[in-house]
Parts: sequence; C-alpha cells; structure tokens
Amino acid sequence: MIPASFDYLAPTTVAEALAALAEHGDEAKVLAGGQSLLPILRMRLNAPGIVIDLGKIAELQGISEDGDELVIGAMTTYAAVLASGAVSTHAALLSKAIATVADPQIRHRGTIGGALVHADPAGDVGAPALALGARYVIAGADGATRTVEADDFFEDLFTTAVGEGELLTQIRVPKHTGWGAHYEKFVRVSHQWSIVGIAATVRSEGGTIAEARVGLTNMGSTPLRAKAVEQALVGQPATDEAVRSAVASVAEGTNPPSDLNGDAVYRKHLASVLTRRAVLAAAGA
Amino acid sequence: MTRITVTVDGTKYSDEVEPRKLLVSYLREDLGKTGTVIGCDTSNCGACTVHLDGTSVKSCNVLAVQADGHEVTTIEGLAQNGELHPVQTAFHECHALQCGYCTPGMIMQTCDLLKNNPDPSEQEIREGLEGNLCRCTGYHNIVKAVQQAARQGHESGTAAADGSPAETADAEQSVGATA
Ligand SMILES: Cc1cc2nc3c(=O)[nH]c(=O)nc-3n(C[C@H](O)[C@@H](O)[C@@H](O)COP(=O)(O)OP(=O)(O)OC[C@H]3O[C@@H](n4cnc5c(N)ncnc54)[C@H](O)[C@@H]3O)c2cc1C
Ligand code: FES
Ligand code: FES
Repeated sequence: MIPASFDYLAPTTVAEALAALAEHGDEAKVLAGGQSLLPILRMRLNAPGIVIDLGKIAELQGISEDGDELVIGAMTTYAAVLASGAVSTHAALLSKAIATVADPQIRHRGTIGGALVHADPAGDVGAPALALGARYVIAGADGATRTVEADDFFEDLFTTAVGEGELLTQIRVPKHTGWGAHYEKFVRVSHQWSIVGIAATVRSEGGTIAEARVGLTNMGSTPLRAKAVEQALVGQPATDEAVRSAVASVAEGTNPPSDLNGDAVYRKHLASVLTRRAVLAAAGA
Repeated sequence: MTRITVTVDGTKYSDEVEPRKLLVSYLREDLGKTGTVIGCDTSNCGACTVHLDGTSVKSCNVLAVQADGHEVTTIEGLAQNGELHPVQTAFHECHALQCGYCTPGMIMQTCDLLKNNPDPSEQEIREGLEGNLCRCTGYHNIVKAVQQAARQGHESGTAAADGSPAETADAEQSVGATA
C-alpha cells in the first residue's frame, strides 16, 4: 500500500524543524529513518497532514565524547553506531543490542533516536539505553533544551517524555569503559522482534562481579531495569550457580504481555533463564 | 509535488513527485526500472533492495523525496559494458534461483555483504541475507553463489562487491557520459 497524501518539508537545521512543528501542530509528524513510520503510514494507521523529514539536518548526526559521556546525535543510524569504536569501547551493551535489530538494510536507515522515541516495548534499544543510564536532550518550540534522566524517559507503550512539538536531539550515554556486555534476544525464527530480550553489562574484578546493570525488553509496556537483581549480583562470583540464584527473582513485579509467541508466565520464566545467560556472558564466564 | 534530483544507475534524473511516493514506485513507475520488484507490504522480504549512496536499503521503506540529492544503484545498474557483475554470474552459475523473484534483492544485498566482509563464513552469509526472503526456499544455492562470488573476488584481487561508493561513482559517471 502507499501512504495517504501529505505535504513534505525537509529543514536543514533543528531551529527550522522546531518552527515547522510549532506552525503545523498535531497535523505534523517527524520522519527520521522511516523504518517504523513508513510501514505505519503505508498501513494507514496514521495519516499526518505534513511530514517533517530530519534527514537533512547535519547537526543531529554523529557520535562524540564529552568527558565521561558519549554523545550520540538522534539521527545517527544503527549502522553508524555499530561502526563506532567509541561506542564499542565505552558502551559495548549498545553495540551488542543494536547488532540484533532487524536486518542490515533496516540498520542502514533506522536511527537510534527514532527507535527510542518510537518506544516499541519489543524494541531492542530501550533496555540497553535504560540499563546504561542514558540521558536524553530534548529541544522545544522556544528553542530551549531540557535533559531528561534515564528513569523518566519511557512513560508508557509508544510514549516517551518527548512531547508534541519537541524533538529528541541527543542521547548522552555514561561511559562504561571496560565493562563486559551481552544482549540475549530470544526469538523463534531469524529476523523477529524480541519475545523477551535481556541487556546486561558487568564490571568484573577477578572472577567476581563488582557492578552490574540489567535491562529487560518486552517484559511490560516500557523497557525495565532490574535494580534489585543488579544489587544481588554485586560481590557474587561469576558462576552458574551464584548467578542463577541472584537473578531468580528478575521477573518479580513485571507485567509482560501474553500473545501468540508466549503467555506472561512463560515470559517470566524466560526472563530468569535469559538473565542468567546474559550476565554470565557479560562477565566473560 | 516536490522536485527531486536523483542519480539512478549513473544517470541523473530531475522529477516532480508526490511526497508519499515510495522510492520503489518511483524507480518502477517513473523510471521504468522494473528490475527492482515488490514482494511484500511490510518491509520484511527484501525483494526491493537497492543501494542508496552505496549501502543497501529496502526501497519500499524509503520515500522518493528522501533520495533527493543522493545516488541509487539498482539491479539494472550492476552489469557494466554488457558484462554481468561477478555476483550476477555466480547466481547464474550456481543456479541460485527458482522462480527468480527474490533474486534482484538477494544480489543487491550480497554486494553489500561482500563489500563489508569479503570473506564471510556460511553463518555470516545467512545472517547478512537475513532481511531477504526466498519464497521458493532455495537458500542452499544462494549461499553457494555468495561463496563463489567471494572466492572470485579473492582470485581476481578485487572485491566482487563493487557498488562501493567510490567505484560506483566512477562507473556511473562513465555510464552517464555516454548516455
Ligand atoms: C522488517 C522490520 C523489522 C524490524 N525489526 C526490529 C527488531 O528486531 N528490533 C527493533 O528494535 N526494531 C525493529 N524494527 C523497527 C526499527 O528498529 C525502527 O523502530 C527504528 O528504525 C525506528 O527508527 P527510525 O529512525 O526509522 O524512525 P522513524 O520510523 O522515522 O520514526 C519513528 C517514530 O519516532 C518519531 N521520531 C523519530 N525521530 C525523532 C526525533 N528525533 N524527535 C522526535 N520524534 C522522533 C517519529 O515521528 C515516529 O513517530 C524493525 C522494522 C522493520 C520494518
Ligand atoms: S517489498 Fe520491500 S521489503 Fe518486501
Ligand atoms: S527463487 Fe523464488 S522467491 Fe526466491
């Protein structure tokens, strides 16, 4: 199918894009890589009056370092994140998770900002961003920016702190240099969305887990962080037995969906198995 | 309508298009490049794969207006001076097709894969073609063809995957000059 008709603007600066958003209000829809938005428009699940394409805004692209943070422009493609040595050195969890997203063609177009604002609960980028404590720079109609903390970004299904008339401009990821990382994505067939996914990154000292961060994909309406499990892992040896018992309660308090791929009880079981695997792999065990 | 300027298979085009027009529809309907096919409505199958500035994309999931100012290579632009591209030859010789519907996309994605990884393992080939479905399920010979193209790339000392941005730019200029 083809989308319903819309007008089209391709601004070259963030200021122009914000002005266009302010002018057109809820008639407008922002286009990043289009890898979620274009299927939605083609299925006519949405029919905006005007599409504002961010593809020509150079200032939204690229990866840089700012002290102990990595700064990733919202329009940086998955492929560019995967090719970045800075990301694999300082935030390996993000590289590992993004490598599992969709297929090479979609990773050439899809952007990290688009994925995060889209906030599909089965998407693979939210949980690692949450686990790494990423912060989000959001620009509003008056041109002012605000920074939203990791725990406040994801609000509900497909809903984030980015409001109408606003743009996500940067993702600021605290460096986790030297931390091991693993993203354990459970799918039945290749090229599928996560049934459950676990993002784990671990700082080890000798064979002992000194610090751990764990994020959960598709275990509720937003990505989740398993803070109790992170605490329970501290000081544990990176052995199957110790990690198994530390992560056993990972699904406590979660509210995963039930669908054709599995019911909520099955997903809760999966979460503890996959968390053990992810933590052990991240710890290099 | 929005005016776009796009270089496709070495020739520069300037056209008025509706913003909602998909790149694949622009290629097929406006330019007559029907070598690029549509196999699904969900951007899963990869049959429509082309190169945008030298990297593979699903042209059913890109708007024509997003290609403004960029270069597109389709399956019709791979052969040079009547000589099949090495990946095309390998698909032919290994009988890597049954009905042939997925083939244009498979070949375009194979070029992208070999450009990034000239010597892929079988697993890497299968993962690199993850976004391309063969309804006839003839994956076995497709993998063989990719392996043969990779070997030939080594023997001739050139990557079988031209379509890399620099090489494409040269090739396309010469095509454009004679067109
Ligand atoms: C076949 C297929 C398979 C897929 N498989 C997976 C998978 O396995 N895992 C996975 O995680 N994802 C998967 N995806 C989804 C994909 O990762 C997209 O969610 C991602 O590419 C979205 O980024 P985009 O740049 O393409 O955003 P777009 O589609 O352009 O935009 C998405 C939404 O975000 C808004 N938006 C984008 N950028 C901004 C911004 N800077 N500021 C404010 N709003 C913005 C848009 O208005 C839109 O609502 C798949 C997609 C397809 C088609
Ligand atoms: S037609 Fe484009 S992916 Fe199927
Ligand atoms: S050969 Fe028929 S779809 Fe692949």
